[in-house]
Amino acid sequence: MTTPLLSVRDLVIEFPNRHGPLTAVDGVSFDLAAGEVLGVVGESGAGKSLTGSAIIGLLDPPGRIASGEIYLKGERIDNLRPEEMRAIRGRRIGMVFQDPLTSLNPLYTIADQLIETIRTHLRLSEREARQRAIGLLDDVGIPAASRRIDDYPHQFSGGMRQRVVIALALAAEPELVIADEPTTALDVSVQAQIIDVLKEQCTQHGASVILITHDMGVIAETADRVAVMYSGRIAEIGPVREIIKNAKHPYTSGLMGSIPTLAQEEDRLVQIPGAMPRLSDIPPGCPFNPRCEHAFDKCRVQRPVLIPVDNREVACWLYEEAEASEVAG
Amino acid sequence: MTNSHAEAATPLLQVSNLTRAFDVSKPWLNRLIERESKQFLRAVDNVTFEIRKGETLALVGESGSGKSTIAKMLVGLLDPSEGEILFDGQPMIMDSSERMMELRKRFQMIFQSPYASLNPRWKVADIIAEPMIVLGVEKDSTRIKARVDELLGLVGLSAADGSKFPHEFSGGQRQRIAIARALSSNPEFIVCDEPTSALDVSVQAQILNLMRDLQDRLGLTYLFISHDLSVVRHMATRIGVLYLGALVEIADSKELFKAPQHPYTRMLLDAVPDLEMTGRQRKEVEGEIPNPIDPPSGCTFHPRCPFANDRCKREVPGWTKTGTGVTACHGVEEGRIPLPAMAE
Repeated sequence: MTTPLLSVRDLVIEFPNRHGPLTAVDGVSFDLAAGEVLGVVGESGAGKSLTGSAIIGLLDPPGRIASGEIYLKGERIDNLRPEEMRAIRGRRIGMVFQDPLTSLNPLYTIADQLIETIRTHLRLSEREARQRAIGLLDDVGIPAASRRIDDYPHQFSGGMRQRVVIALALAAEPELVIADEPTTALDVSVQAQIIDVLKEQCTQHGASVILITHDMGVIAETADRVAVMYSGRIAEIGPVREIIKNAKHPYTSGLMGSIPTLAQEEDRLVQIPGAMPRLSDIPPGCPFNPRCEHAFDKCRVQRPVLIPVDNREVACWLYEEAEASEVAG
Repeated sequence: MTNSHAEAATPLLQVSNLTRAFDVSKPWLNRLIERESKQFLRAVDNVTFEIRKGETLALVGESGSGKSTIAKMLVGLLDPSEGEILFDGQPMIMDSSERMMELRKRFQMIFQSPYASLNPRWKVADIIAEPMIVLGVEKDSTRIKARVDELLGLVGLSAADGSKFPHEFSGGQRQRIAIARALSSNPEFIVCDEPTSALDVSVQAQILNLMRDLQDRLGLTYLFISHDLSVVRHMATRIGVLYLGALVEIADSKELFKAPQHPYTRMLLDAVPDLEMTGRQRKEVEGEIPNPIDPPSGCTFHPRCPFANDRCKREVPGWTKTGTGVTACHGVEEGRIPLPAMAE
């Protein structure tokens, strides 16, 4: 097997607290192949954004990686010095954040920001860099790019700004783009455009994508595989189609049922009772057990690990026996 | 006071030609020097609709389409520039007359963010009791206490929660508190402005289910405002689609989703992510919402509309009757827009 583009191994992120550390991300592992789009989905506080920030080395203190390893093409990147990480960030890993207004500097023109990014990472002259910047803006669908490049961020609409941010993320031909809720701040009609641009451009530039979002619809349209996170852990990970059509983890199926859709017409939505536990009182065993209708004794004591079931991996004791019998047979 | 027949005939809420313009002019001196006239932004432009008793009318639209401005005018948080709102046949003039105070008991509002809409320094029981006290529904303190406990139970919280502060609750629980507060004056009509858009999906499902249960139990009428078409589909009996402050289509919920008429409605439906993974090929969405200060001439949607012609650029479209509703589109009126292709 070839080395995956990105490999995250047992990532643990902690926040120190008066009463001891709070574990926000607890033992997350996954691999990402070159050219793949991995969706990371979960509700607020599930640890999806933290995982993204940890990969790109932008974890806000006091949050810190307590243990685990992150490899980019087999090379460890979680323990690099800040200046070494800076050479990777932007060059090999691009980033698209939720709010396009805060990720652009309001005091510089789009040209300044794009050319600076390009010349930081690539050996190009000012003119070549400008040409490349215009090309990038053209690619992400900014009309009259050669004229608009000298505008300031405030002169663009929200959707256009997010296109500029995508151009910035792709400026140095990164191998990986991490997109953290790239469409959450946008209207539905614009959201559809941005998803298309992101997908198309990343494919064209050959970049893998980690798409972090709370919106299963966006994942369904974009991702190849999806990781469902709950309380800082991966509950289920596998091909998008399999997971959407036939979720195995009780949390995933509850989550899917609770999304109102255009197609079906049910009187009541499936609801999961309760809410995700706070970091300070994550229950022992499976973190989902107090809300799970299938929970039994083992779930309350022992933490489930990811086990392969039907083309995907699920962290749920319900499937342990099925797997054991398969191995025996 | 009215016989039952007449009551069935008059809608609970009638809104006619509602308009709200905001003054966005530069300061007086700048205007004088730069020789500019005053500028107005018509956030809501000539909107007419009615809501029947017991139904849920949803207003959908993107940012800047005027949804929230309409909500605020309906509950009297904002005065209309023009137009009229009739509640149960009576004009809503937001003064402090006795007639208005009586009317005020009958409608309430649930806001988008349960983090901003609950006073952090008040105990939950006081928050819920406030409308009862302010509107004079109940004066006796033991009866108020009993009613608060009952309301807490109704929204799925416990009576003991009344002595806590809002920060002790999660987003979903806070929205339950906001719903309990809205119900405390026994209203018939509730304006819900994006009640679940600050919540996670699994919590959203809890709140939407609760709102429907309460509607069935208490016979409530809702005006439900949302940008999320799937949520609207789940909640609404009828749907009004807003674009740049004006209604472009109103129809029964089922029909709107099965056979959307107005090109904007079709575009909106097409833009919803395909969770069913049918592999449906979506049409490329064109352009973005124009600047509302300087809206396009004629039909405001014409710069983004694939069916627009010269007439659309010149003439503001009137209402054309469709199956269960109306739509404002020259193309539909002339029958030159092909029937929606998305009906399976």
